[in-house]
Amino acid sequence: MEELIQNLKEEIITALNLSEMKPEDIDAEAPLFVDGLGLDSIDALELTVLLEKKYGLKINTAEEGKKILHSVKSMAAFITENKKD
Amino acid sequence: MNEQLVITGYCCIRDNAVELDSEQLYRGSEHLFSEFSTGVYRHFSVNYPKFHKMDNLSRLGFLTTEILLGKKNVSGRYEGSQTGIILMNSSSSLDTDRNHQKAISDRSDYFPSPSVFVYTLPNVVIGEICIRHKITGEGNFFVMKDFNAAFMVSYISQLFYCDIVECCLAGWTEILGNDYNSVLFLIEKRKETVEGIANFEPSVAESIFKRR
Repeated sequence: MEELIQNLKEEIITALNLSEMKPEDIDAEAPLFVDGLGLDSIDALELTVLLEKKYGLKINTAEEGKKILHSVKSMAAFITENKKD
Repeated sequence: MNEQLVITGYCCIRDNAVELDSEQLYRGSEHLFSEFSTGVYRHFSVNYPKFHKMDNLSRLGFLTTEILLGKKNVSGRYEGSQTGIILMNSSSSLDTDRNHQKAISDRSDYFPSPSVFVYTLPNVVIGEICIRHKITGEGNFFVMKDFNAAFMVSYISQLFYCDIVECCLAGWTEILGNDYNSVLFLIEKRKETVEGIANFEPSVAESIFKRR
């Protein structure tokens, strides 16, 4: 899980062009939107694409997306529970 | 009332350099525009994280405006609704359109990027500038083969004469790959001729545009 969280942080920085940030700047449990990284709706779409492209996972509803994209930790939990190896 | 339109400032970003009112403020050595623009951002200590997510056209227009308006205190003198922004270029948003095209060209690996797609219109750069500087007045983006000073002066003069704007940011913001050229003018009204301030006339705008 820790390795996945670290990878996710790096992938999020690349996908969202957060070039001024380092993985250690991101709190895995902090909300990604509004308070934490201050991401917006386009970033949410970009994270949805990231999950599909990198991990082959789809978010089916907006409600589900809200929970999954809450934090890096919740994204990692979703990947761990649903990834097919 | 003998008010006339004058160019109270201009900023050029081209040839790896930033020039404000004919004074060179920065010269970079980067080969890629993305790296050069980050160098400009850091040199001028701009603090606006959204910059890093912008496409190259928006970065170019944003930085040119940032440097020009940063020295002129426009927001303190005009309401956002009195300020207009009129931009022109020849490649529209083709620079970003090509990036988007790359992402959707392979049907077996079809993952268009939302953050790239949102920049596939040239007027998005105007939106970015308006958000940053709280400009809510007239905004328009014209695509034309070459910089047309006569058109720019004629169009913007009408905006002033019809009381649509009291202040206008206007000019050319062009980028395709690593070829970029941004020349933006700040246009305001003056009751008297002021030494060192040029009238807003096609020959003056053309002369500044061609000066390299």
